[in-house]
Amino acid sequence: MKAKHQRLVLVLLAIVALVGAALLAVYALRNQASYFYLPEQMQADPPAVGQAVRLGGMVAPGSLETLPDGITVTFTVTGREASAIPVRYAGILPDLFVEGSGVVAEGRLAADGTFEADNLLAKHDENYVPRELQDMSEHQAAEMAEETTVGLE
Amino acid sequence: MIAEIGLAALWLAAALAVLQLAGGLAALRAGENSDIAALTRPAAVLQGGLVAIAFAMLLWVFAITDLSVKLVAMNSHTAKPLIFKLSGAWGNHEGSMLLWVTVMALAGALIAGIERRLPEKTMQATLAAQGFVALGFYAFLLLSSNPFERLPEPALEGLGLNPLLQDIGLALHPPTLYFGYVGLSVAFSFAVGALVTRNVTPDFARAMRPWILGAWVFLTLGITAGSYWAYYELGWGGYWFWDPVENASLMPWLAATALLHSASVLASRDALRVWTIMLGVVAFSMSMLGTFLVRSGILTSVHAFAVDPERGSFILFLLALYIGGALLLFALRAGTISEGERFSIASREGALVVNNVMLSAILAVVLLGTLYPLLTEAFDVRVSVGPPYFNPVSAVFVFPMLAVMAVGPLLRWRRDSWSRVSKEMALTVALLLVALVIFGVVSQVALLPLLGLSFAIALGVASFLPLRGRSLRRVPIAVWGMVIAHFGLAVALLGMASESAFSTERLAALAEGERTSVGPWAVELQAVEPVAGPNWTAMAARMEVSYDGGKPIEIEPQSRNFWAPAQQTTESVLVTRWNGQLYAVVGSSSNDGRWQVRLWWKPLVTLIWYGGLLVALGGILALIGRVRTDLKRRTAARKGAARRLEMEKIS
Repeated sequence: MKAKHQRLVLVLLAIVALVGAALLAVYALRNQASYFYLPEQMQADPPAVGQAVRLGGMVAPGSLETLPDGITVTFTVTGREASAIPVRYAGILPDLFVEGSGVVAEGRLAADGTFEADNLLAKHDENYVPRELQDMSEHQAAEMAEETTVGLE
Repeated sequence: MIAEIGLAALWLAAALAVLQLAGGLAALRAGENSDIAALTRPAAVLQGGLVAIAFAMLLWVFAITDLSVKLVAMNSHTAKPLIFKLSGAWGNHEGSMLLWVTVMALAGALIAGIERRLPEKTMQATLAAQGFVALGFYAFLLLSSNPFERLPEPALEGLGLNPLLQDIGLALHPPTLYFGYVGLSVAFSFAVGALVTRNVTPDFARAMRPWILGAWVFLTLGITAGSYWAYYELGWGGYWFWDPVENASLMPWLAATALLHSASVLASRDALRVWTIMLGVVAFSMSMLGTFLVRSGILTSVHAFAVDPERGSFILFLLALYIGGALLLFALRAGTISEGERFSIASREGALVVNNVMLSAILAVVLLGTLYPLLTEAFDVRVSVGPPYFNPVSAVFVFPMLAVMAVGPLLRWRRDSWSRVSKEMALTVALLLVALVIFGVVSQVALLPLLGLSFAIALGVASFLPLRGRSLRRVPIAVWGMVIAHFGLAVALLGMASESAFSTERLAALAEGERTSVGPWAVELQAVEPVAGPNWTAMAARMEVSYDGGKPIEIEPQSRNFWAPAQQTTESVLVTRWNGQLYAVVGSSSNDGRWQVRLWWKPLVTLIWYGGLLVALGGILALIGRVRTDLKRRTAARKGAARRLEMEKIS
């Protein structure tokens, strides 16, 4: 094989691998990226049961309840209009998770319409606000979220 | 006065960067001996000295807490211990950018002072590229983030007494990554210099290699330390979240790893010329992109970091300028670089090519996953990308790469036959199959951790095979470096796979005096008591834990409330044994007086970071080996020249 041919083969090999990687990545991203839902979106157009998604809104005041096992909590996430999604979470609540403040729950919708959260993101500390909560300026949840995250921008 | 000296030094250094750039351009136009071109090296050395002065002045104003300087007033406090006053100098945006240019200018001064292997014209072009890159950062500092800005009225007291940031790890972590990024900027300058002067030679690769190795060692250490810090500090039990800030440090590392291996092909065998140049450009692009992602806060991160969108756009502009320019230059010039030496697929070069392609594919996967949320946001769809994407998709390329890593170092350069290394390959494959059967059939481990465990064991053994049949004392240091770095990767992989396959978790609500267990550990919650620190109060859960009925150990995880600034943190406790770690976190209490406790038993998890340290150690050994060989060669060349001179005199 001549040097020139070898270079051509190498270039082709690299291109094939990179294009393959990119195609695989794009395919996987369409399936594996976790979409963000507001409560009203989740009510109007719910994701498939079991699909990993995120839900962002405000923890409705008075809705936070600890189940008898002492580790599972349930609460309602509300958005604009009267939409409300019940959420169940087993684990240690994040720092600064309180009723009336913004939250992003990562998890999936169960068959009974409850959102099963694996992870809750609240205002993590001074410098971190879930990005989705920064943008929700239109509706009530965001106003509340902004109040609880004042002075961060 | 001190601040003004610093600022003046910075302006002068920027002027010298312009001179350096002009020198390189003059070298290309009028030749390397023209008056201006000859000034390139002295300009680089002087620039390094001036920036060092500027940085020293910044340290000085922080050391004496000069509150008329805005940066000091914002970020320091008279009551801080001296070490944190000093680290506060770069613990903020302006100071960290000054640290960046300082390291960069010192690196430039170093190559201008000692690098003599390359033709003078290439060196001048390299230094010009270095000056051009530095100039962007000078503009950034002087025009938009002046660290020496004065306040109209001196402040009465500084604002920066955040106790959370008074942490030696936090003080050292960002500079470690910066050293890595700057090292890659030097590699980039070499690549541009070689491309402009059409001088892509093994000598170029040898001159560039120590910088890549150094950058790679710092990046490895930075990633390892950052991962441990997140594991320990966030209290979530995870060590890697595929968070944008983490990916921002992983991507340059992947590119640097590929560059390291292709530069070694170029240095030893004069092949892969264009590819090496391309990787030099890519590696630096990734560090600029990383800085941009971290600094602009355009992507959400779980790692708290100073964030400023306007500065982000400045970095984005610099990114576009350098990378766009370099890629344009590459497109124009790459065709004129002649082909390197040939090699067969069954050779060291062949294996390294596969390694490079796989690393580039992994880089593409990580890059696309990191930027995907930005792309969809343009269409007003908000998504996040996490482990369900990154783990399996990168695994598609990681495992073939690991297989090649086991075989490649056994092969000879240029041409080899598979039959020569068939015994070693058979041993590796046998180990792999045995591990697959044991963990897959007997312990029923899930696919990815199963592959991880099996490949880790096979690669761990295979990484020592290149030493077979050699007298261990005569093995060059650089080869030891390779062996240890490869072994370290296997060790880290074993830790990751084991953590994923064998971790057990227990989430429980316990009243005082109640017991629970996690894996082999028995845990008793003895009491929960309030404790107070200098600026926090906490609920401390005293627990007695014992491993497999052994001697009980007392631990005290806390849930802390800081009051200035108001902030709540979980202080996790880790109990480390040789075979793993117990990880304990305490949450809040429920109404009936029980406390939430979260416990993990993570077998062999510490291997992740020990592996990372071994990889870095391998890099350090390789660096020592390369520099020593270079010094020997220089001494030999000097002696040879002296002898020749003597011979001439005699005759």
